[in-house]
Amino acid sequence: MPAVSKRMSVKRVMVVPAALAALSLVATACGSKASDTTSADGGGGSATSCVDTSGDTIKVGSLNSLSGTMAISEVTVRDSIALAVEQINAAGGVNGKQIEIVAEDGASEPTVFAEKAEKLISSDCVAAVFGGWTSSSRKAMLPVFEDNDALLYYPVQYEGLEASKNIFYTGATTNQQIIPALDYLKEKGVKSLYLVGSDYVFPQTANREIKAYAAANGIEIKGEDYTPLGSTDFSTIVNKVRSADADAVFNTLNGDSNVAFFREYTNAGLKAADMPVISVSIAEEEVAGIGAANIEGQLTAWNYYQTVDTPENNKFVADYKAKYGADKPTSDPMEAAYTSVYLWKNTVEKADSFAVADIQAAADGVSFAAPEGEVVIDGDNHHISKTARIGEIRPDGLIYTVWESPEAIAPDPFLETYDWAADLN
Amino acid sequence: MDVVIGQLFTGLSIGSILLLAALGLSLTFGQMGVINMAHGEFIMAGSYTAYVVQQIVSTGGASLFISLIVGFLVGGAMGVLLEVTLIQRMYHRPLDTLLVTFGVGLILQQLARDIFGAPAVNVVSPGWLSGGVDIFGAVVPKTRIFILVLAIVAVLALSMALKKTAMGRRIRAVVQNRDLAETSGISSRRTDISTFFLGSGLAGVAGVALTLIGSTSSTVGQSYLIDAFLVVVVGGLGQIKGAVIAAFALGILNSFIEYSTTASIAKVIVFVLIVIFLQARPQGLFAVKTRSLV
Repeated sequence: MPAVSKRMSVKRVMVVPAALAALSLVATACGSKASDTTSADGGGGSATSCVDTSGDTIKVGSLNSLSGTMAISEVTVRDSIALAVEQINAAGGVNGKQIEIVAEDGASEPTVFAEKAEKLISSDCVAAVFGGWTSSSRKAMLPVFEDNDALLYYPVQYEGLEASKNIFYTGATTNQQIIPALDYLKEKGVKSLYLVGSDYVFPQTANREIKAYAAANGIEIKGEDYTPLGSTDFSTIVNKVRSADADAVFNTLNGDSNVAFFREYTNAGLKAADMPVISVSIAEEEVAGIGAANIEGQLTAWNYYQTVDTPENNKFVADYKAKYGADKPTSDPMEAAYTSVYLWKNTVEKADSFAVADIQAAADGVSFAAPEGEVVIDGDNHHISKTARIGEIRPDGLIYTVWESPEAIAPDPFLETYDWAADLN
Repeated sequence: MDVVIGQLFTGLSIGSILLLAALGLSLTFGQMGVINMAHGEFIMAGSYTAYVVQQIVSTGGASLFISLIVGFLVGGAMGVLLEVTLIQRMYHRPLDTLLVTFGVGLILQQLARDIFGAPAVNVVSPGWLSGGVDIFGAVVPKTRIFILVLAIVAVLALSMALKKTAMGRRIRAVVQNRDLAETSGISSRRTDISTFFLGSGLAGVAGVALTLIGSTSSTVGQSYLIDAFLVVVVGGLGQIKGAVIAAFALGILNSFIEYSTTASIAKVIVFVLIVIFLQARPQGLFAVKTRSLV
């Protein structure tokens, strides 16, 4: 067994029913491969791996939504995974083997993600899978990876409160994005907040955390509103925000809704200078759709922006644009996906093995000089340390860092170091 | 007070958007009985037309007005194309029109993604439409006032076209009794095509208007299609008067319920109210008087 925290075992108990449900699917797909269920004490890994390490190549899976509503965002992630693989291959590969990508389309459907993950693991026999975006896609894939004892590298910021030894979380968890954002607002004298979000798991959970933080830090929550995903009429919500007169708005809207929200916000005469909006899901590629004029001066919280000035990032941006076009911006999840591939490579080389158990055992402390700055894997919870950055959107449509954490923040997915978060788990 | 006025105006503006999206449907669905699921994609075509026109013309105000005209023509042309190639073969099979046009809608969405890319594109609103107007303490965005005016103009133009022009009279005649109209020498083929041109053109106009408030992406039309069908059903099939009242009533109802609850709850309550209303009045607010048997 690799290092697995006690909490992870508790998590596994909850995962068992889901894993059992997934078993029927597994059994039909590949006969007796997953005949042993994972047990409550965390004794997974009974499935025999079919990864072929005898040749000159090693296969990895790339599983993203190439169609459906999430394709907008996830295609860019697939592209940056491909870029990392191409670079690694050019530099000699992993442990002397060239990487071969098997790309699959999750089609924005959690069930399809689960099916395609099963296919990648059992019939393509990939050594690791990179991808997933929405929390529901990750939740759907989790039992598949645990059942088959395979590896998923998940590159998107999420709501935390999860850890699986079969997933490496390379996007931010709450204490690397949302809490620094709240700290920043508090520092700036924000005494009251209005919460606006899409109606699904991430915004609801994030807002639960924000409310707990606010209660402990004397910040008043003036209102909380959710709209269905894809909703485009924000006139009423903007009216509510205006009459609530909060110091700032915390925005967890996803996708197209952001465009309508910011247009309405600007047209109603609300400005960043008077009532700033801080967003956690708007990256560079979305700004173009919103129109920089409608969102100028507003804040975002991420770990990476295209404008981050490190030698690693300058190279990453230049390479990406050279491969995919000068007008294509880079964004946080793309950077995290790119970093994932290198972290996997570095772990494989440290373990000198492609076997899942060896990678899990070797993972703790593996680092990579990522475009966002040095990142290190935490072997206990499989998250990575990340630098938190508050950015401001400027008229050129790019996001510029206005504050960053002095050093990379260690991951704390269950918010164990915060007293106010005790009731959240 | 300013809250009431603000919400009242919000309701009117939601209503005017619903109305723009529903006007064309009230012709093609209400009057002709064709369930056109691709209507939303005609709206999308209007939005992308505004984007393309802006790339070519690039001056805010002029491009908006050019877009409205070109959007109408593009939407109309797509409608005619759909009518001639597919719909004319299945006028007596409404369920088939539903399935076929749904498929066409999916193809058009994918086409839009292939042409314009998956991410949403930005259509810049003209400068004179930015910001808001203070009405009794409530700030009303100028874009929404513009859309309200546009909706009123569209309704007036459509009812004038139906009442005063020869084409309009022919459309109404065919709707009321297709066989009798044909024996009177009206070509029902040509009338069907012009009805479709008008209805789909209005969808294009709605699409141009939507670029003022939201994003332009391949799925923009879908988010309005169901609401547009609701407006037509609640208003009574083929009744422009009914569509106008239904659109504004639903808009205002929605805005006030949403203000005191949340967006999701408001949607549910409005749906429940519609179901109750349709139980009491299945034909909608107004019923078209026809001499045909169905």
